[in-house]
Amino acid sequence: MLQITNLHAGVEDSEILRGINLEIKAGEVHAIMGPNGSGKSTLSSVIAGNETYEVSRGEILLDNESILDDSPDIRAHKGIFMSFQYPVEIPGVTTTNFIKTAINAKRSYLGLDDLPAKDMLRLIKEKAELLEMDRKFLSRSLNQGFSGGEKKRNEIFQMAMLAPKLAILDETDSGLDIDALKIVANGVNKLRNKDNAVLVITHYQRLLEYIVPDFVHVLHNGKIIKSGGKELALELEEKGYDWLK
Amino acid sequence: MELKEKLITSFFELENKGTIDLDSNIHQIRSKAFTDFETKGFPTKKNEEWKYTSLKSVLNQDYTVFPKGENVLELKEVRKYFIHEIDSYKIVFIDGIYSSFLSETTHDGMDICLMSSALKKPKYKIIIDHYFNTIANKNESITSLNTAFSNQGAYIHIPKNTIVPKPIQIIHFATKNDENLLLQPRNLIVVDENSHVQIIERHQSLSDEVVLSNSVTEIFANKKAIIDYYKIQNDTKNASLIDQTFVQQKDHSVVSVNTFSFGGKLTRNLLEFHQNGERIESNLNGITFINNKQHVDNHTLVKHNKPNCVSNELYKGIYADSATGVFNGKVIVDKIAQKTNAFQQNNNILIGKKASINSKPQLEIFADDVKCSHGCTIGQLDEMALFYMQQRGISKQEATGLLLYAFGNDVVEKIKIPELKSRITKLIAQKLGVKLGF
Repeated sequence: MLQITNLHAGVEDSEILRGINLEIKAGEVHAIMGPNGSGKSTLSSVIAGNETYEVSRGEILLDNESILDDSPDIRAHKGIFMSFQYPVEIPGVTTTNFIKTAINAKRSYLGLDDLPAKDMLRLIKEKAELLEMDRKFLSRSLNQGFSGGEKKRNEIFQMAMLAPKLAILDETDSGLDIDALKIVANGVNKLRNKDNAVLVITHYQRLLEYIVPDFVHVLHNGKIIKSGGKELALELEEKGYDWLK
Repeated sequence: MELKEKLITSFFELENKGTIDLDSNIHQIRSKAFTDFETKGFPTKKNEEWKYTSLKSVLNQDYTVFPKGENVLELKEVRKYFIHEIDSYKIVFIDGIYSSFLSETTHDGMDICLMSSALKKPKYKIIIDHYFNTIANKNESITSLNTAFSNQGAYIHIPKNTIVPKPIQIIHFATKNDENLLLQPRNLIVVDENSHVQIIERHQSLSDEVVLSNSVTEIFANKKAIIDYYKIQNDTKNASLIDQTFVQQKDHSVVSVNTFSFGGKLTRNLLEFHQNGERIESNLNGITFINNKQHVDNHTLVKHNKPNCVSNELYKGIYADSATGVFNGKVIVDKIAQKTNAFQQNNNILIGKKASINSKPQLEIFADDVKCSHGCTIGQLDEMALFYMQQRGISKQEATGLLLYAFGNDVVEKIKIPELKSRITKLIAQKLGVKLGF
């Protein structure tokens, strides 16, 4: 589904990703772990198309087609979703209106009519229940005044609504207490199927107890220096990253 | 001939036309104001209050002071400039001349009519003599210029215990003329004890011809009166507006003036509140959203003269391309005005490298037991927020629109007439070039 080959990217003159190779197939869960500053968040931003970063070499293919020239919204329409480490607060735009706008933008890209209001409401209700979300959050301005946990839950709610092919969870566990973490992980697990894939970006092993990865990759200094199965995450938890450097 | 010279000649022409009563009190006021303008001339950038707004390009034109003929407009041509979804009283002028066809005035239990007739008819004399030109700024030569030529505009008098059943729309149209138009409307609004009125004011040119409106409005809110005033400024590219609004409030009155500046060549808003009573609430709200080479200057003054009053001021500005803006917010708290609460906020977003804003809060506080705050921000669009929205599939243009709309939203939310609120939302969406699909 996603193929990254020899990806180099950075900001102006400083290179942050220095030759990433990664292949994610449908139905798989991959985890990228690594110390602070290793380039984890840059990788997720580059896949999602953040224009702050410039790709100098390499290729990103989604379903065998390059997405490097696509703007972030087009990549979203093609099925890439990124859950943000720090979801942005947008006053004056309710969560419901925001997600409606997003869904209908995608449908318009796919050549479909707007989703009828009735169906939209049913979908919102269903997905909000999945994430055990208080409905009152839906009518409040997007993320405004939400706690860290509520923001993350709202991210996964949006993911559930948009049903992406590839979901990138960027440090989704940061700032979550254990109950919220379980709800979020449970939500992600329920959304998994044989046609989609999840890329979990995390510093700690904790989240991986709940979203169990098929593959774990260690990112250091802009390169993947080790890959393995889920046991690698436990090993990292025990020994830290230093033994790999 | 320079404009000032032309205006001097025109003033004598006005006196000799035979249409106004030269012996009236009003004409004495006009003569005095004329002398003031003649002495001072137009304000220049040397004047501290005009430091960032140059009238040069606007004054450097030849204007017709008295339009020749009466122009007729079909309702269907101009319907879209009214808030036509609601029933309302209307006072409409075309090129400075009253249009009875487009207007809907009343004398039934209140007077919603014309300044020209109020100035002439004896039955209005008490009100006119008591209020006219009593709060207009005597130091502004451009206000004096309006006073000197004051003869036409809206006259609104709401007697006590009256809730005006529908909003009043005051609209000044400028049609396509062979000559450049100088319009000087003069409005007087008196709302007596315990009465309530909503007013929408608009200056609209119907062509790209040069128009300069120098408008003065005096608003008097007597005890417990409530006045909601909305100004829609979305004019064509060669139309300029110098708008001066003076408000005086008495005990327990609430007056809100909401200014929506979306276009025109140059717009200068002077808005003054004089609190002459206790437990008064004054609200000053504004959104400026301009682009190209447009210029908007918001000069506000709130004068807290008595104890236990509140003022809330919220101005938001979005300046794109080479647009320039000025915000100058002065708050004066008199030494006897204890327990004053005065809040002022001015937030701005600049889009592009050439846009600019000069924001200047001025607080002069002479009382010691007061709560006064002011804040001023100038920023750019939040790139992270844009990326976030794009990541969810919203195009950059739409995301920019949503963010800018959200930025101005708290001012839009203050509009109390739903149809007007949706109109303003539409105007903003149009300006943003987005759907705002919700």
